[in-house]
Amino acid sequence: MTIRIDDAPIVPIGSGGGKRKGGRRGSAAGAHPWRGAAALEAVGVYAWFGDTMVLEDVTLSVAPRSVTALIGPSGCGKSTFLRILNRMHESVPGAKMAGEVLLDGQDVYAPDFRITETRREIGMVFQKPNPFPAMSIADNVTAGLTLNGTKVSRSERAELVETCLLRAGLWDEVKDRLGRPGGALSGGQQQRLCIARSLAVGPKVLLMDEPCSALDPTSTNRIEETIRELSSLVTIVIVTHNMQQAVRVSERAAFFLAEQGAPGRIVEQAATASLFDNPSDSRTADYVQGRFG
Amino acid sequence: MTITARPPAAPRQITAQLQPSDRLFHGAARVIGMLVLCVTGAIGLFLGYQSIPTLRHYGLSFFTTATWQPELDKIGIAAVLVGTVEVALVALVVSFPLALMFALFISDYAPRRLKSWLVTMVDLMAAVPSIIYGLWGFFLLQPQAINLARWMSQYLGFIPIFHVDTDPGAAVWQQSRYTSSAFVAGLTVAMMTIPLACAVMRAVFDQAPVAEREAATALGATRFGVARTVVLPFAKGGIIGGTMLALGRALGETAAVLIIVSPDFIIKPRILEAGTQTTSALIASNFGNATKSQLSALLTAGFVLFLITIVVNMVAATVIRRSRSGATSDI
Repeated sequence: MTIRIDDAPIVPIGSGGGKRKGGRRGSAAGAHPWRGAAALEAVGVYAWFGDTMVLEDVTLSVAPRSVTALIGPSGCGKSTFLRILNRMHESVPGAKMAGEVLLDGQDVYAPDFRITETRREIGMVFQKPNPFPAMSIADNVTAGLTLNGTKVSRSERAELVETCLLRAGLWDEVKDRLGRPGGALSGGQQQRLCIARSLAVGPKVLLMDEPCSALDPTSTNRIEETIRELSSLVTIVIVTHNMQQAVRVSERAAFFLAEQGAPGRIVEQAATASLFDNPSDSRTADYVQGRFG
Repeated sequence: MTITARPPAAPRQITAQLQPSDRLFHGAARVIGMLVLCVTGAIGLFLGYQSIPTLRHYGLSFFTTATWQPELDKIGIAAVLVGTVEVALVALVVSFPLALMFALFISDYAPRRLKSWLVTMVDLMAAVPSIIYGLWGFFLLQPQAINLARWMSQYLGFIPIFHVDTDPGAAVWQQSRYTSSAFVAGLTVAMMTIPLACAVMRAVFDQAPVAEREAATALGATRFGVARTVVLPFAKGGIIGGTMLALGRALGETAAVLIIVSPDFIIKPRILEAGTQTTSALIASNFGNATKSQLSALLTAGFVLFLITIVVNMVAATVIRRSRSGATSDI
C-alpha cells in the first residue's frame, strides 16, 4: 500500500532569515513545505561529554536525496554524532564538539548561522515518539510554524497538515479526527505524526534516531515505507540497530565502533549493499554477520 | 479446531502476608498519618466550639458589622475580612508574575551552576522569619512604596480601589495618607509568598518531559518557544496550585502585617490609603487584653480564617494533584 503523491512544487514556507516576513500569507502556490534536499557533510568531527572524548575524527558526506544509515553497537557514538548534525548535542550540559558540519557547504556552527535556523533546516525524529500530547493532531503538525512565528492562512495551514500527514503516511488514519489530541494515537502513529511535524517546517535534511526501536513490526514497516518515499524529497540520515532495516531503507551506510576505552569512530563507510555483503574491514564483517554487538 | 474457554472460576482471593518489619512500619506510619488528621481536626473542632457563644450572641451580624468595639457590644469581622482579602490579593498580584518568571528563569534559563545556587537562595527567602520581613517592609520598603502609591493614586485614582482621600497633587503631599496601607502590607507579604509559589512552580517546570522539550527545540524553537509550548502548558496545574498555596499563606500572615498596618475598622476598598486591618493581625493585637467574651469573638474570627485557608489550600492541592496525571506524556 503506497500512497502516491505527485511531486509537489517546491515552495518554501518556513524558510528563515530575512525572507520570512514578505508575502507568505495567502501565497497561492500552496503550502508545500519542501525546500529541496541539501547535501550534508561532517568534517573531522570530535565530541566530548565533560572530559571524555566520545567521537574521534568522524568525516561523513551525505548526498542530497539519499538515505544514509549509521550502524554500530550501543555506545559507539552514532546518536551523539546525529545530534551534532543539527546542533542538539550542545543542549546537553558539558557537551562539546570540534570540527565542521556543512549544510550545502555552509558551516552550521559558524557564528552567523543561527542555531534555530540550523534546526529548522535539519529536522529530527527521535527514538521515542514525542508528540505534544495535549495539542491536537493538526496543531502538532503545525507546531513548528507556530514556534517559529510563521504566519499561514487557514487554508494554507489545512493544506500543509494534509500534505505532511500524507507524506508521513498517517493521513488516512487520522483525517477524520484532526482535532483529537496527539497523545491519544498509538505509538507507531505518534511516530509518524512526529515525522509529519518535522516535515511541516520544511527541512532539507531529516535525521532519524532509531525511529522504529520503540515500535512493533507493522508500525516499523509503515515507517520504513515512509522513509523510502521521503527520500525523494529530503536527505535522510538514520541511526538504526536493526541491520535488516539499514539494508531495506538506505543507499549508503557507515559503521561506527568504539573500541574498548576508545572514542567512537567510523570504521567503514560504503554503499549499503557492499558494506553488508563485502565489507573491507574485518570488524565490520564481524558486526554485520552478528558476531558481536 | 476451536479452543473452547472453560467457564471462569470465581476470582481467587489473594492475600500477601506482610513481613513483621513491614507490618511494624506500616502501623507506625498509619498512626502518624492519622495523628496529622487528628491535630487538624482538633484545631477545627476547638475553634468551632469556642465560637458558639459569640455566634449565638451576635448571630449573622458578626459577619456584617465592620466595627470592633467590645465596650459598645458592637463586634464584627466584615472590615477585617475585606482587609484580609485586600492584603492577600495585593500580595498575589505582585508575587504571581515575579514567582512565575523567577521559576522559569531557574528551570529554563539559568546556567547550571547558578541554578542550584538560586534554588538555595529562594528556599532561604522562605526561611526568613516573617517579623524580619515586617521590619524590612516598615523601614525600607514603605518609604519607597508610598511614592509608587502616590503615583498610582494620581494617575489611576479614578478607579475606586486606587483612590486616596487626600489631594494627590498637593505641593507638599501628605505622606501619612499613603503609609500603613493594605498596599504596603500586601507588598511585604508578597516577599514571603514568592518563595513558596516559586518553589512549587519550579518543581513542576523541572518535570516537563525532556522528550517534548527536545521535540520543540529540534523544530527550531527558541528557549522561550520551548517554555511557551511545552513547559507552561505542562505546568498549568502547578502554576495555579502554587499560586493558591501562596494565597493561603498570604491570608494568614500576621507578624509583618501587624507591624505595617494601622488598625482601621471600616470596610475600605481603597488599598492605597492608610489604615486597614486583617483577621490575623486583629487577633494578635487584641489577644493580650481580651475579656472572656472578647476572647471568644477573636477565636471565632480565627475559626473563619481557618476555614478560608483550609478551603484555599484544599483547592490548591486538588488542582496540583489532578493536573499531574493528566499532563504527563508517558503513554
